[in-house]
Amino acid sequence: MIVLENTPSAVLVLAIGVLCGAGVYLLLERPLTRILLGFILLSNGVNLMLLVAGGKAGASPIVGSAPEDEPMSDPLAQAMTLTAIVITLGLTAFILALAYRSWQLHGHDEVADDVEDQRVARQAALNAPAYTDADADEPGTTLDEEAAEVHDDVVRDGDPDPTPGDAPRRGWDA
Amino acid sequence: MSWLDTVLSAPTLVPLPVLVPLFAAGLTLALHRYANVQRVISVVALAVSTAASAGLVLAADSGPVVVDLGGWAAPVGIALVADRLAALMLTVSGVMLLCVLLYSLGQGVPEGEAEPAQELSVDEARVGGAIPVAIFHPTYLVLAAGVSNAFLTGDLFNLYVGFEILLAASAVLLTLGGTAERVRAGSVYLIVALASSVLFLAAIALVYAATGTVNMAQLAVRLPEIDDTVRVALQLLLLLAFGIKAAVFPLSFWLPDSYPTAPAPVTAVFAGLLTKVGVYSILRTQTLIFPDSPAVDQVLMVVALATMVIGILGAVAQNDVKRLLSFTLVSHIGFMVFGVALASEAGTAAAIFYVVHHISVQTALFLVVGLVEWRGGSTSLDRLGGLARIAPVLAVLFFVPAINLAGIPPLSGFLGKVGLLTEGVRTGTPLAWILVVGSVVTSLLTLYAVVKAWNKAFWQTAPPDLPEHAPLPRTMVWPAGALVAFGVSLTVVAGPLYAYAERSAATTMDGVTYVDAVYPGGSDRGTGQSVEVTEESTGEEES
Repeated sequence: MIVLENTPSAVLVLAIGVLCGAGVYLLLERPLTRILLGFILLSNGVNLMLLVAGGKAGASPIVGSAPEDEPMSDPLAQAMTLTAIVITLGLTAFILALAYRSWQLHGHDEVADDVEDQRVARQAALNAPAYTDADADEPGTTLDEEAAEVHDDVVRDGDPDPTPGDAPRRGWDA
Repeated sequence: MSWLDTVLSAPTLVPLPVLVPLFAAGLTLALHRYANVQRVISVVALAVSTAASAGLVLAADSGPVVVDLGGWAAPVGIALVADRLAALMLTVSGVMLLCVLLYSLGQGVPEGEAEPAQELSVDEARVGGAIPVAIFHPTYLVLAAGVSNAFLTGDLFNLYVGFEILLAASAVLLTLGGTAERVRAGSVYLIVALASSVLFLAAIALVYAATGTVNMAQLAVRLPEIDDTVRVALQLLLLLAFGIKAAVFPLSFWLPDSYPTAPAPVTAVFAGLLTKVGVYSILRTQTLIFPDSPAVDQVLMVVALATMVIGILGAVAQNDVKRLLSFTLVSHIGFMVFGVALASEAGTAAAIFYVVHHISVQTALFLVVGLVEWRGGSTSLDRLGGLARIAPVLAVLFFVPAINLAGIPPLSGFLGKVGLLTEGVRTGTPLAWILVVGSVVTSLLTLYAVVKAWNKAFWQTAPPDLPEHAPLPRTMVWPAGALVAFGVSLTVVAGPLYAYAERSAATTMDGVTYVDAVYPGGSDRGTGQSVEVTEESTGEEES
């Protein structure tokens, strides 16, 4: 007999909220390692959510380990949580590898702006500044110009227009 | 022979599209030093799984084929369900995966034999030099298994697992070689995909908390019983997660940025398949799990319109063929969502036909663009030109799927759009009329975008620095040509195919066939024991 407790413990709900909130905050950062931490927190929050969905804690999830009339907890929620944990582990490893590769290539692991953002920023810089930024440290720098310089490290010398797919990649084989 | 009958019976075929690629992936990983063996295994595995899918198309026409994994019937066990829709999607994706695999094999030939995986120095990778290729085959096969699993599953959590399988594989394929550009694109792709997966998992947790099940057939029975507000919240959460996968505006921002950097075959597979898995999930959610939700359908209509129009405006602004095609991909997802949002049998049938058409045509286009890049040395429209004279075969290969995408009669794109528009007009609500107009405008703009690409790449004067090359490698042209021919053949067999799509839509929409097949006696709770399950090991499913 599975006991379904419909009102979960407030502590667990609070924990889920904190984990997910912190996770989302970190996910919105630029460096991959922080994003990774955010992903881990978020996943743990959601895993906890799955566990809470399974009902009241305390009883054994295994059929036959307790007499018939004693309550047992829902094994399916626990099985799903375990699966999700394993998947999270694998993807965590992959993000770590990606962060390491990014550090190898650039010396940092920040996710660069995408091509379209860079193009927009360049266009904005080329146009006459639409307005001056009163808060800028140096007079004369506008937000537009600052935006054009942020995270432009993908642009390499002699390659002013880093449109993806320009470089022929025929060395790739399958 | 009785054992042969058993082997060839429909229930045996169901798990094959998942299992065969997965086992083959393990084999190719173990045999990574023998490139030729890897190739043979991959081709054979995908051919077998495609053949099994084709068999399922025939078998599923007389009712959904259900397999209970591990001998536990639904709702306790995980069910694999091959109904008409799933079998059709499996077959088309199988054909496509096979063509792309052959193309990628052909791509390697002019560059010499594949090297075993090797350690790359940072500098080598920075200039986009040699790429460890031994990893390609296992990952590609895992991707195939993940896609098949997502199509076949009758269980929300297993769908999540399928998504994660194909997500992990696609992230590896996208960052093959680890060049700076691919690491950047891969990071964006991976983070967005992870966010959508976490959302999906949260939705599953809430669905489970609300209904006590994740089996789709049982959900279809139970969800009407819960509170309306909760139900709509669950539906929107699921649609949000699937919308990111399917690249529906405004959740499509990641796609045009991450797809074009990958190698041509990888982009082709992604464009053809991954978003369609999302569309398929939206279709299932809307027809099976949450039927009769007119309010959400209205939202989907608006979203479909925005996806179409904004996507195609993005394509018009692009100057790079790969990016242009990525934007048309986003745009045409809108057509499929439109079909789903019409929430009628004819609308769903048109959406299914359109998915099949779009998988073949978009993949073919990306493969051909790979050839264009091979020949012209670039995908930027400013640096291409004169290809119609230099490579007439290539011109034909590009032209046919391009106008097919734009929906020129009598090709399959036209037929799919006619289906959608007819049903839109028949529905006749103001929103449906706006979408009809939006679809026509989008089609015209698609025509404009592909004609622009055609004019610049094939008709304008060839630039002086166009690289000199031997003729295109046949090993790449043939698979691309086969896929183009497959797209055209959809027009030839459009009658039977459209009828099949209509029958699929009918069974998906009636809400009874699927549920009865997976979960017999839907209202009779607490069943779910297969014959093999012994008395003492069965627990009550719920109290």
